Amino acid sequence: MINQVFQRIFSHIDSILLSCILFTLLVGLFVLYSASGQSFDRVNAQITNIIIAIVGMWLVANVQPQHMERMALPLYVLGILLLASVALFGDISHGARRWLNLGVVKIQPSELMRIAMPMMLAWFFSQRESSLRIIDFIVAFIILIIPVLFILKQPDLGTSLLVSASGFFVIFLAGLSWRFMLGGAVTIGALTPIFWSLLHDYQRRRILILLDPTQDPLGAGYHIIQSTIAQGSGGLTGKGWLNGTQSQLDFLPERTTDFIFAVFSEEFGMVGNSLLLLLFSLIIFRGIVIASQARSTFNRLLAGSITLTFFIYAFVNIGMVSGILPVVGVPLPLFSYGGTSMVTILLGFGILMSIQTHKKLVASG
Amino acid sequence: MRHHTELKNYQNELHNFKLRLIVLGIIVLIGFSILAFRFYFLQIVHFDHYHTLAENNRISVTPIAPNRGLITDRNGVTIAHNFFVYTLEITPAKIESFDQTIAEVGKLVEISSNDLKRFRKLKARSHAFESIPIRTHLNEVEAAKFAANRFRFPGVDIKSRLYRHYPNGKLGVHIAGYIGRINDKDLVRLKKADALSNYKGTDHIGKSGIEQSYEKELHGTTGFQQVEINADGKAVRILSSTPPVSGNNLTLSIDLKLQEIAENAFGERRGALVAIQPKTGEVLSLVSMPTFDPNLFVGGIDTKNWRLLNESVDRPLINRPLRGVYPPGSTFKPFVALAGLEMGKRMPPFRIRDPGYFSLPNSTHRYRDWKVAGHGIVDMQRAITISCDTFFYGLAMDLGIEKLSNFVRHFGFGKKSGIDIRGENGGLLPTPDWKRRRFNQPWYKGETVIVGIGQGYTLVTPLQLAYATAVLANKGKAMRPRLVNAITEVKTGKSVPTKPIVNEIITLDKNSLEIVQQGMIDVTLPGGTAARIGRNAGYSIAAKTGTAQVIGIKQNERYDEKNIQERHRDHALFIAYAPAENPQIAIAAIVENGGHGGSAAGPIVRQLMDYYLLGKEPPKTTAKKEVPKGTERNITEVAAHD
Repeated sequence: MINQVFQRIFSHIDSILLSCILFTLLVGLFVLYSASGQSFDRVNAQITNIIIAIVGMWLVANVQPQHMERMALPLYVLGILLLASVALFGDISHGARRWLNLGVVKIQPSELMRIAMPMMLAWFFSQRESSLRIIDFIVAFIILIIPVLFILKQPDLGTSLLVSASGFFVIFLAGLSWRFMLGGAVTIGALTPIFWSLLHDYQRRRILILLDPTQDPLGAGYHIIQSTIAQGSGGLTGKGWLNGTQSQLDFLPERTTDFIFAVFSEEFGMVGNSLLLLLFSLIIFRGIVIASQARSTFNRLLAGSITLTFFIYAFVNIGMVSGILPVVGVPLPLFSYGGTSMVTILLGFGILMSIQTHKKLVASG
Repeated sequence: MRHHTELKNYQNELHNFKLRLIVLGIIVLIGFSILAFRFYFLQIVHFDHYHTLAENNRISVTPIAPNRGLITDRNGVTIAHNFFVYTLEITPAKIESFDQTIAEVGKLVEISSNDLKRFRKLKARSHAFESIPIRTHLNEVEAAKFAANRFRFPGVDIKSRLYRHYPNGKLGVHIAGYIGRINDKDLVRLKKADALSNYKGTDHIGKSGIEQSYEKELHGTTGFQQVEINADGKAVRILSSTPPVSGNNLTLSIDLKLQEIAENAFGERRGALVAIQPKTGEVLSLVSMPTFDPNLFVGGIDTKNWRLLNESVDRPLINRPLRGVYPPGSTFKPFVALAGLEMGKRMPPFRIRDPGYFSLPNSTHRYRDWKVAGHGIVDMQRAITISCDTFFYGLAMDLGIEKLSNFVRHFGFGKKSGIDIRGENGGLLPTPDWKRRRFNQPWYKGETVIVGIGQGYTLVTPLQLAYATAVLANKGKAMRPRLVNAITEVKTGKSVPTKPIVNEIITLDKNSLEIVQQGMIDVTLPGGTAARIGRNAGYSIAAKTGTAQVIGIKQNERYDEKNIQERHRDHALFIAYAPAENPQIAIAAIVENGGHGGSAAGPIVRQLMDYYLLGKEPPKTTAKKEVPKGTERNITEVAAHD
């Protein structure tokens, strides 16, 4: 009886993925406790976020991929509509227009796009399976660029980067020709000056300050200077949990959200960092395995994109905290405090699990 | 066969997909390897460096505030400068107990609750190692007293900071404006502009006038020092230092002496005056009366003084030239005249016989001339000279409100002139469209009639009136008014003059201009409405007087200046430019509740022209005081006409 219940609950859960995720989340909670000055307020709130996200993941894992395929287009259209309404009536906070106030709740439609974008493109390519031509890729890029422009306009550089990445991975995996990519790379190189002129002042400054953080040690550069000091002083084995001087004193800004990796790095050192990279790699390669075993074009492309976007997430965050990438405002997945990104990431894993666990049914049916 | 190729395609595609997945997997490995290398670089190779920074010493970044740019008038006379004052400052990270320190320090130097409030505000937006002022403007005794006891208070220091000072006090305060403490609203704005870090060491920001509008030029770039601090909080050594860059100095177009003459001439009377060099748009004088002392705002104005200024019925804080709106009255007539001539409505030898009133066809309502008996035979030129209302009532009717408004709009009425300080009001040029939108009412013919003499809905700012006069003086070439003549970099001494900007070039017929100008010259000659103003001038003045009704006068009722309450008395207006044949200065002056324009506002304008054109200073007399203070009034108050 109990066995059956268990089987029912776990029948669509990928145990390898789940155990890696849970372990990472647990480490993340310990780091958050240290980063928030050893207070349980943030930790408790984060535990709530995690529970909600895991329930969401479980629900999605139980949805058949064919149903998702049907929902791809409506979700994408809904996302575009919501983004347009954000641009028109959205609430402004911290100088950016990202939130849509629905009276009861505030939602951030750009987060929805992170799921809707790869679904939409995967669906698009699955419709055109056997006869892909250049024109299909052009249409795909248009599908990609519309929401990205909306999000860029908000402005939210971090999310637009992640949405672009998730879309690009689908297009790449669908078989975008290498020649086309080379041409694209050259074009992008030529268009960079134009893009530069479209960026907001603060975004430009962020990029310039990345190249030389000492340019603005009182403002944006302060983050980088302090986070590299924190990391560097962590050394090989770190200063130990709760013992990071830079983190415990007020030196490190945004240390529970975007810069949480600096806290981890200071307290657990190079060894901790390497283990974390290993953990992330396990998750990513499990995702790649799931993608390679998937039975339909839609499933393959979607699984591949979700997995690689997770990599981009981790790489960009750690890269920016370590001072080799611009500070674009991307949280560290499974670590950073915050409900929205937690939910989006775990929903992504839910999709991966659904794809992995439903394939027997597809095969037999 | 077909099935076979499809299967082959499928397998091809699957193969391709897996290949690409492998490529991406390799990219993941490369990406993580880069990160691992970075960790190795930071945590192993440079471990000692960062370890030292983090463990034994801590880096503190202290801002060094730049000097704010100076403001001078066109002749180099100082309007705003900086001077050093002693401040008592606390570095929060270096003291043990804030309350105890304050209690002890308070025995030596007085610290008020206001000081504490300000300190807490500043502390909230600073790093713990920043030095924050707790008391400003220490006198020498206080400074010496504390200096002798300094050893008892680690973390508390006397520093000298630059403070803004306006040496001329009340003179021309609405031009330069003033700076004040950065408040929450300023912070939001600075954050939006991504300028917050540049204001780390700055307590003050421009709040009005030039100080506000040229904040970017004046502020400069904050410098900073990276200092190593040991466990005791003492600076061990300076790691790097970038000096601040001073703000740019501004040379204004204002002639401060002219400004002084104008303000003295106003005396205790309320009003506004703007003088413009018509050929360049340089604003020579910008008067808003009454004024106040801007220095009150620099250290943070106290509640009592603030209430006194803010609640005064004289509204000294309002920048009247830019924001005060008045009916232009008869000063509007030259522009209506020009409209008539340009549209061929009143070409010479057209003339009317003025019975002392104007009536619309089929109506008994009389629009009265100011001269009850009428002016007799009047042509266009003479209509301006004697300010014949009847003539302009008819002309306005003939032109129609739309054509009239559209023509005079070119002279800047009903829109902003684009002067280089913020807060300009666009005035109001009524049209039937506007009235429908505003009141949801149709336009009545009678309303067109009174627009002809500058009454009705029409509202202008003194700046607009001066601008329009300057455009007229410059024969239709409209120069954008501006207050800053040059911006000078302090370090290099490089001075960049401001380029004059042409707002618009209005093509006007030479003969029309000639008629209007001659009419205006005659205003200041015997027989004109301001003959007294032109007497013994030695140069020719083209002028127009104006009187703006503050309350409406009923049919068959007469306006009796003596028996009317002061605040209901008419506003006196005067516009003029001189020398008429080669205009060097164009002026508009308004004396609130001053009565007739020629006698109240005219003499002020004459004094300015005498000084500007001839270098003649007015005799030093104490200004006559005739306006009782403390009556309620509203500078935009205009009663409805019947």
